[in-house]
Amino acid sequence: MDGVFTVNGKKCEFAFKTDERLLFTLRNHGFTEVKNGCLEGECGACLVLLDDKPVNSCQVFTASAVGQDIKTIKGIGNLHKPHIIQEAFVDVGAVQCGFCTPGMVLASYALLQENSNPSKAEIKSALDGNLCRCTGYVKIIEAVQLAAKRIRENGGHHE
Amino acid sequence: MNKYTIVGKSEKKIDSLSLATGTSKFVDDFELKDPLYLALLYSPHAHAEILNIDDSEARKLPGVVDVFHFKNVKPILHTTAGQGFPEPSPYDTVLFDTKMRFVGDRVAMVAAESRQIASDAIKLINVEYKVLEPLFDPEKAMSDNAPKLHGPDRFTPIGAKYEPEKNLAAEVEIGFGDLEKGENEADFIIDHTYKAHYGSHCAQEPHAAISFYDEMGRLVIVTTTQVPFHVRRIVSKVCEFPLSKIRVIKPRIGGGFGGKQEVFLEQLVALTSIKHKRSAKIVLSRKEVFQNSRTRHPVRIRLRTGVKNDGQITFLEMDSLLNSGAYGTHALTVLSNCGAKVLPLFNKIENLRFLGRSVYTNLPVGGAYRGYGATQGYFALNQQLDMIARKLDIDLLGFIKKNHIQVGETSQVFKALGEGTEGVTQIVNSCKLDECIDIGAREIGWYNKRSKKITNGDKVSGVGLCVAMQGSGIPLIDMAAATMKMNDDGSFNLDIGATDIGTGSDTVLAQIAAEVLGVGLDKMIVLSSDTDRTPFDVGAYASSTTYISGGAVKKCAEKIRNQILDVAAAMMAADKNDLDLSDGRVYDRKNKKSISLSDVAVHALYSENQFQIQASASNVVEQSPPPFIAQFAEVEVDKKTGKVDVIKFVSAVDCGQALNPILTEGQIEGAVVNGICYALTEEYKFSANGNLLTKHFRDYKIWTAADMPEIKTIVVDSHEESGPFGAKSVGEIGINGPMPAIANAIYDAVGVRLFEAPFTPAKVYRAMKQAGVI
Repeated sequence: MDGVFTVNGKKCEFAFKTDERLLFTLRNHGFTEVKNGCLEGECGACLVLLDDKPVNSCQVFTASAVGQDIKTIKGIGNLHKPHIIQEAFVDVGAVQCGFCTPGMVLASYALLQENSNPSKAEIKSALDGNLCRCTGYVKIIEAVQLAAKRIRENGGHHE
Repeated sequence: MNKYTIVGKSEKKIDSLSLATGTSKFVDDFELKDPLYLALLYSPHAHAEILNIDDSEARKLPGVVDVFHFKNVKPILHTTAGQGFPEPSPYDTVLFDTKMRFVGDRVAMVAAESRQIASDAIKLINVEYKVLEPLFDPEKAMSDNAPKLHGPDRFTPIGAKYEPEKNLAAEVEIGFGDLEKGENEADFIIDHTYKAHYGSHCAQEPHAAISFYDEMGRLVIVTTTQVPFHVRRIVSKVCEFPLSKIRVIKPRIGGGFGGKQEVFLEQLVALTSIKHKRSAKIVLSRKEVFQNSRTRHPVRIRLRTGVKNDGQITFLEMDSLLNSGAYGTHALTVLSNCGAKVLPLFNKIENLRFLGRSVYTNLPVGGAYRGYGATQGYFALNQQLDMIARKLDIDLLGFIKKNHIQVGETSQVFKALGEGTEGVTQIVNSCKLDECIDIGAREIGWYNKRSKKITNGDKVSGVGLCVAMQGSGIPLIDMAAATMKMNDDGSFNLDIGATDIGTGSDTVLAQIAAEVLGVGLDKMIVLSSDTDRTPFDVGAYASSTTYISGGAVKKCAEKIRNQILDVAAAMMAADKNDLDLSDGRVYDRKNKKSISLSDVAVHALYSENQFQIQASASNVVEQSPPPFIAQFAEVEVDKKTGKVDVIKFVSAVDCGQALNPILTEGQIEGAVVNGICYALTEEYKFSANGNLLTKHFRDYKIWTAADMPEIKTIVVDSHEESGPFGAKSVGEIGINGPMPAIANAIYDAVGVRLFEAPFTPAKVYRAMKQAGVI
């Protein structure tokens, strides 16, 4: 099958198998920032934003995402121009091995798009689908709090 | 007060922005031209003989290139334990055996043009098994009529005690004093048996390896490893391929925790590449990580302690039975550490015996796991300490302070018991455990909560304590090396064998070098863990990197510093002794002049008596200074359901000088949460035929942010003279406390002792029922 998608703001045409999962389609086309942690929708490492909603891309058939807007971690910021959330993760030490980080950051991004002043409980709930074995979540929660604060100070803008 | 410029500061982890933007590459992210994908066929039987394998149907499937199994792969005995040479683990493994020793043992491997074809093809392999009686109970492993797992050809390269005819993978026995005397002197004896269970590391990145030939015809292996140099050595041996033709690269690694101290995929990709002259790739599924990789060794510990009414412990006897599973990887050393990392903490005990046995069973294979035996040992010891203090009706904190090892003291255990062999005598030079206990107790509100059984409806709360130590590397065995050179602009390349698996060691080691040279972290260019490009390092294990690799980096940087001062002294016509390095400049204190490091580098490279400012240094250390920790749990037990909620968890740690406090806290926080889930929810459950039932995250529950209690970590100010800028280790110690601290807190709340984890609601409920508490 073929389909046109928007990935990180760019139109892309991908060929894929009928039963192919979005995770593999993305990875096969070089979007290796989308990580494969369990293939069972349990760990959140493969989280992407599909029309701004966080989804585990291992649980989405590519065919069902044709025409949709896909955002990976590289779509919100990069090494040269990082997003506020990415900077906050770096600043508070929320990145250890970094394998869960793309999913964590995107889950945080989805939360902060909706709510730039989340309570700790709301942050914990928003990250409930993302596993991390390195940090014990302490600094990840701190990072989201810091990013929220910076976004608020920035007049609600993420950039 | 921190007297340093770069160390002791929470410098940002140098790879963290790359990771946070998804730029860094993990093994599975490398582009590989036209690889062969590998898939493994696993044994459905816990114990069986393979009578025949017919791979003809599999080979007929288009896209299948090869099928590997015992008929066509040379059986070379080795261990998959990524340890120094000769490995203390028995050589009991071949690539493809005729005997299957657990559900999940390797039968065969397919190499195919796609991942799908490879996994389709393994279903077409016909295997004829003779099913054998399985051995699941480690207590029965050594009995005469137990099934035998390994034959007489298996052996241990270090000559340690090893008796496959008794399913004995390892045995350790040490003792001193007179146990009988200790028993006679005791006013009472406490004698209990504790069981620490299987656990999975759950590194978020599954194990993976790729291999390919470079343009010079050398074999490159990129792998999820903690031990690149051991990978190179073991692959060379198992594949009978020259070591000089192998290059092992560790890219970014998605967590290890000991699980990646195992060399068990690299030989598969290498074998395929060598035979077919093509690239090869294998990535384990999560299910394979749970069932077919490595685990925490379950250990049954019987602990007997004799105590006088005045609080003196008159003897201690620890009998540990370690279930090694089907193979003996780390069976001797984890077993040793049950005693070696635990018993020295209470060094006033004059009569002591430690007996440890590791036995084979037809269950998943144990291996290295953060804590490495100490976690299992402290589970027993700390509950026993709690019982003793309660029985004597004395303050537990005071009792521990009176009995634990102090600065200037030693323990006979240090010398008697090392990692598989005899250990090394050492004196403790830094120990702030008393402060850790006091600070932690204050933070948890110990004296306001202990024995108060504060009740809220059906819920009763309690507090519990665990104290522990670990080591910092393996003395006289672990070696690390570093190489540095200076560039024109006053920057430095730092090449280290040390293996950053997410811990931040690249950053911490760069901080050490930067501190010596008086430059900012931005002047350090770090390259680590590439067997072609970096010097040797044993790898990331045994809490060794900061202390041992850090020591190598410090020595190396000091050599560089010395060369810089020589050049600068000539340039400035100054006395070398008047020169200092700071802010990227060389200062002449006497003449109040300075030049930049760039001036020095350019002079050395281009001007006169030209040479490259460069150095190498190796580090091997005679001691393994223990970090110390006091960990406190506050729990709430629901008497109606048996559910245990951790309300707050406090750790106060003495790890010497914390070289990067945020990374230090991160190590403790991660270890603590791993330890809490291990204590409460993580469990390997097996079917009657030995098949693992909990091989998905939905069945094997590790916590998410939503499950988190309040976690408080306090890094206590300390200094270890022998460590780089006063540092000791911190990577493992934090995982030792949660299980015993929670068990002690449960007792404090509801008065029941749990001798076997995890403390599931059903188990706690049953224990309360049995004890008549409800």
